Amino acid sequence: MGTKAAKQQRTPEGPARLPTPTAPEHAEHRSYAAAEIARVLAEREAWSREELAEALSRLPRRREVFTTDSGIPIPDVLDPASRRDADYARDVGYPGRYPFTRGPQPTMYRGRLWTVRQFAGFGSPEDTNRRFKYLLQHGMTGLSTAFDMPALMGYDPDHPMSRGEVGKEGVSVATLRDFEVLFDGIPLGEVTTSMTINASAVVALAMYVAVGEQQGVPRARLGGTIQADMLKEYIAQKEWIVPPRPAVKLVCDMIEFCAKEMPRWNPVSISGYHIREAGATAVQELAFTLADGLEYVQQCVDRGLDVDAFAPRLSFFWDVHNDFFEEAAKFRAARRIWARAMKERFGAKKRESLLLRTHAQTAGVSLTAQQPYNNVVRTTLQAFAAVLGGAQSLHTNSLDETYALPTEEAVTIAMRTQQIIAHESGAARVVDPLAGSYYVEYLTDEMERRALDHIRRIDEMGGMIRAVEDGYPQREIAESAYRYQRDIESGERTVVGVNAFKSQDEEPIAILKIDEAVARAQVERLRSVRSSRAAPRVKDTLMVVERAAREGSNVVPPVIEAVKAYATLGEICDVFRKVFGVYREDGRF
Amino acid sequence: MSPTKERNLRIIVAKPGLDGHDRGAKIIARALRDAGFEVIYTGLHQTPEMIVATAIQEDVDAVGLSIMSGAHMTLFPAVIDLLREKGAGEVAVFGGGIIPQDDVPKLKEKGVAEVFLPGSSTQAIIDWIRQNIRPRAEAA
Repeated sequence: MGTKAAKQQRTPEGPARLPTPTAPEHAEHRSYAAAEIARVLAEREAWSREELAEALSRLPRRREVFTTDSGIPIPDVLDPASRRDADYARDVGYPGRYPFTRGPQPTMYRGRLWTVRQFAGFGSPEDTNRRFKYLLQHGMTGLSTAFDMPALMGYDPDHPMSRGEVGKEGVSVATLRDFEVLFDGIPLGEVTTSMTINASAVVALAMYVAVGEQQGVPRARLGGTIQADMLKEYIAQKEWIVPPRPAVKLVCDMIEFCAKEMPRWNPVSISGYHIREAGATAVQELAFTLADGLEYVQQCVDRGLDVDAFAPRLSFFWDVHNDFFEEAAKFRAARRIWARAMKERFGAKKRESLLLRTHAQTAGVSLTAQQPYNNVVRTTLQAFAAVLGGAQSLHTNSLDETYALPTEEAVTIAMRTQQIIAHESGAARVVDPLAGSYYVEYLTDEMERRALDHIRRIDEMGGMIRAVEDGYPQREIAESAYRYQRDIESGERTVVGVNAFKSQDEEPIAILKIDEAVARAQVERLRSVRSSRAAPRVKDTLMVVERAAREGSNVVPPVIEAVKAYATLGEICDVFRKVFGVYREDGRF
Repeated sequence: MSPTKERNLRIIVAKPGLDGHDRGAKIIARALRDAGFEVIYTGLHQTPEMIVATAIQEDVDAVGLSIMSGAHMTLFPAVIDLLREKGAGEVAVFGGGIIPQDDVPKLKEKGVAEVFLPGSSTQAIIDWIRQNIRPRAEAA
């Protein structure tokens, strides 16, 4: 293979792709002078011969090798000599300035605090509307909507697959009527709303646009985010309707539509959260998520969009797990990789196209059913890492979430945790306080390098859609998840209250339960909408959706017309099933 | 291996309902296989009918259900009732997931053999299976 072939991968489906740029191996301008490095090395040498050797002879290391949770080795000590290849201005630089390692904005939390955005949604639209209003009254600054499983999978509440699931993991919605209730009394021109929905995202986006119009807020003024990250669904969260290629096409339809008509809306939230929760390490989360993002950008560029027309509205969503320094470093590495890839691979020119803005959520998977109050402490540490990493918005989990959706009391403590970090800890007074820490800079570099190794493999496979079809990230994650569980069971990894420091007789905590009455009421409302709407208009608008799907034109405008005619979420998703087919994963494990 | 040795236990690990959180199910499936059981994993988004059909076709000794979506009070009994209806009521049904403590006795009343809550080790599940599940041919 010639050099050109090695550098550019041609996929069978599309035009040549440029490779993702790798991390520079050597400094162009060393931040430490050679003489100073030599002096430091001599000191280190003396220290390891004298003090360290003596200490180890008295008391050996607790373990032979220390590593981060994703396996990065941690030396006895790091110093300027470990960073002899550091090029400060090129790799670290200044906040709000390329490559954005230190943050996407120049002033960070000194200008504006991060958005406290607690994910909420359960039961009926009325229930969730009440919870939204409660959270807004108590200082939440942005809404975040959880939908139930039937809505996420594109089924109406009366579908046989919806049995037992209506309103359980999120709010039940089927038609525009439900959205009208959900956002009743909430001024959509003033709040920003995040919606966690993927396979059926286009329907939710359309309903939000329609409710906005009813409130007199034009779509151009609506602010918020729709998750709509389908690649991570096949990789990790596993809520899908159609196969990966048409699913990504629908995502790109939303990106294109929003670039043209909804300048304040983030049409995709490229999510590491679910990848991590499914078992990935921090490095895998970083790599797979960025590779997902690069695939969306490639697909949009391939359909002829100007990268600077849509890239500024791409947003991200990271998990924040237990390994404090590695988690903070992950945010820094992510911004740097993304900035370089957007600039060098896609030729983006606008500053906003290069900077990675992100939401973050503490790690649900780290919470324990045992000694649930300890979860408040875990969440605090994780939230603090997200803040030091420079997140733009944050969700803190509630202590009771290993049992059920959170009670009002538990969610209040979670929100207060963020407020204490913001207003009492001092962390919001300073920009990127970990910069210059030998350890954190080392982790940032290592995570970048390791993530780029994965990304290169994915590039070589022909991009993330192909990698997903081959099951590569799925296998890697299952492997890591199994290893993590083994480490807990062998005692290699300590989980307080689970495999160490256990208590007898634990007091049960209060939990939230969703009544089956919600399902009955939702089915009833759906039937009444079906019987009162103009059936011919529903049929006509659904036919226009079908035609757009078949012709490959943008489906968002016809879906908006269909929801305004009170077509149901299930009916619209049935059109996609009919045109694109249904995705099934095999039972490999 | 002598011809009279009892056959390996056959267990189906199933994900009923719409919930796609398969981290636990896959870990359990793999741990059970590593422990020497024959394991069939259904994959995601199974209806109770699909699970019971597979259980009967594969002639399993037990069905393990993993449910994270809160639909356990509906889906566990649906699988048990269908197994009984199809004449396979002796197949044990156990499971785990995000299940509140209060629901455990109610599930047991409905015929669930055991419920494993968050934090359970795979070893605890393996031990329970060894102690409580017998190959159906022998039981019959």
